[in-house]
Amino acid sequence: MRNTLTIAAKELQGYFVQPVAYVVLTVFLLLAGYFFFALLHQFDEMIQLVVMMGQADQLAQMNLNTRVIDPLLHDLSIVLLIVMPALTMRVFAEEKRVGTYELLLTAPVRTGEIVLGKFLATAAFVLIMVGLAWIFPLILIVFGNPEVGVMFAGYLGLALLALAFASVGLFTSSLTQNQIIAATSSFGLLILLYVISWIGDAGTVSGAVLKYLSLPDHFSTMTRGVIDTTDLVFFLSVILVALFLTQRSVESARWR
Amino acid sequence: MIEVKNLTKSYGSFIAVNDISFKAERGQILGFLGPNGAGKTTTMRIITGFMPASDGTVLIDGLDIFANSLEARRRIGYLPENPPLYGDMRVVQYLRFVAKLRGVRRSEVEAAVEHVVNTCGLAEMASRICGQLSKGYRQRVGLAQALIHNPPVLVLDEPTIGLDPRQIHEIRDLIQGLSGDRTIVLSTHILPEVSQICDKVVIINDGRIALEEKLSELPAGTSLEEVFLHAIAKEGHLPGATSEETLEEVGAGHSD
Repeated sequence: MRNTLTIAAKELQGYFVQPVAYVVLTVFLLLAGYFFFALLHQFDEMIQLVVMMGQADQLAQMNLNTRVIDPLLHDLSIVLLIVMPALTMRVFAEEKRVGTYELLLTAPVRTGEIVLGKFLATAAFVLIMVGLAWIFPLILIVFGNPEVGVMFAGYLGLALLALAFASVGLFTSSLTQNQIIAATSSFGLLILLYVISWIGDAGTVSGAVLKYLSLPDHFSTMTRGVIDTTDLVFFLSVILVALFLTQRSVESARWR
Repeated sequence: MIEVKNLTKSYGSFIAVNDISFKAERGQILGFLGPNGAGKTTTMRIITGFMPASDGTVLIDGLDIFANSLEARRRIGYLPENPPLYGDMRVVQYLRFVAKLRGVRRSEVEAAVEHVVNTCGLAEMASRICGQLSKGYRQRVGLAQALIHNPPVLVLDEPTIGLDPRQIHEIRDLIQGLSGDRTIVLSTHILPEVSQICDKVVIINDGRIALEEKLSELPAGTSLEEVFLHAIAKEGHLPGATSEETLEEVGAGHSD
């Protein structure tokens, strides 16, 4: 455990030293800010339109959660989809390129400790990123009256989604020395998990399985405010499977 | 202390290391000599547990590097061909990290770092960022990280390569000062290095051991260069001393 924390601490500190992390953070928050503003702006226009048209009864159906936070979270999930592979591509690939992989593998440290340590650091950074995006709900709380519980559920979903993306990115990074290959494969895998239910036939077992594997479906449930154990288990499973595969991949260097 | 038995490493059909066996006793400095591409680095990597052998065993203090990897690795300090430095960490920061990774107790980390900084002449560069160090200092930091946990076994892969004459002299003095109870294996193709600091020499050529001998037991009157060229010639791969003459004859030819 101690080795895990040592590696995690070093890795996290590394994140704050490299430019890539700051660029990712900035891009993410800038885009988030833009989306938030745009959605709020559209929402505002819609309200005015509805009032002008005299359909005040419609107002009850329009709320900040469904019109602003929910779409914002979905937009952010797409930004994460693009940005996480860029963040995680160097985690293992860089070590191999620079030669420090040899240091890690010849130290009396278990492979699992290396993988877990790196994941914990990445997770911490990712959670900071998602946490900073909580400023938007805060603004709404101050100026409006949104349902906080629903927002919390949505952000939890976003955090879990981000962690799942990170674990997949770690896996592809462990497979290669080339960071571009790592980033592209990670991106490809994530998109696949996104669209995997498209080829399913509704009503069949295989269709149901594919639907279960679809990341956005589980995410949508959470953004709507439902914290269902099915979804939590799903995200945790993705993370665990990806980390397990990463451990195997790193361990395989000792066996070839 | 280090026992290599029938070690073989093949990459597909290419045999990099072919059934080599040699020993290094406790307190010995063993020079691992060979031309480029002979299999020195591969052997070092197997000894330190970075890659597995295709066949054969390596015992470190009686522990099998493959079967009892974690325990065996605790006993080794390793300086790879390229010092495994993290470019964005400061020297002291890096050494602290390696110390913890290699199992130095929390309370003893600072003392260990200080000791190794002084031993390797890094006092001036202690706060420098590793990426900004010159080759000579990088090598010294590499040596420092190999020593930091006070291991009984040191494996140094070409520790003086690329250094200027003064630095080479300093590193050699350093290594000599380290022996005592420690077992040191250093690989090089700089012959004077071996004759100056080593107790025993192992010559490898084309993946095979050409010679394993204590320096004190080499035929009188022969220079290490002659021994080396003779060993290589016997394998039939280099011109030079004819393989018909035995080493003794070569030596005798000089004492006239």
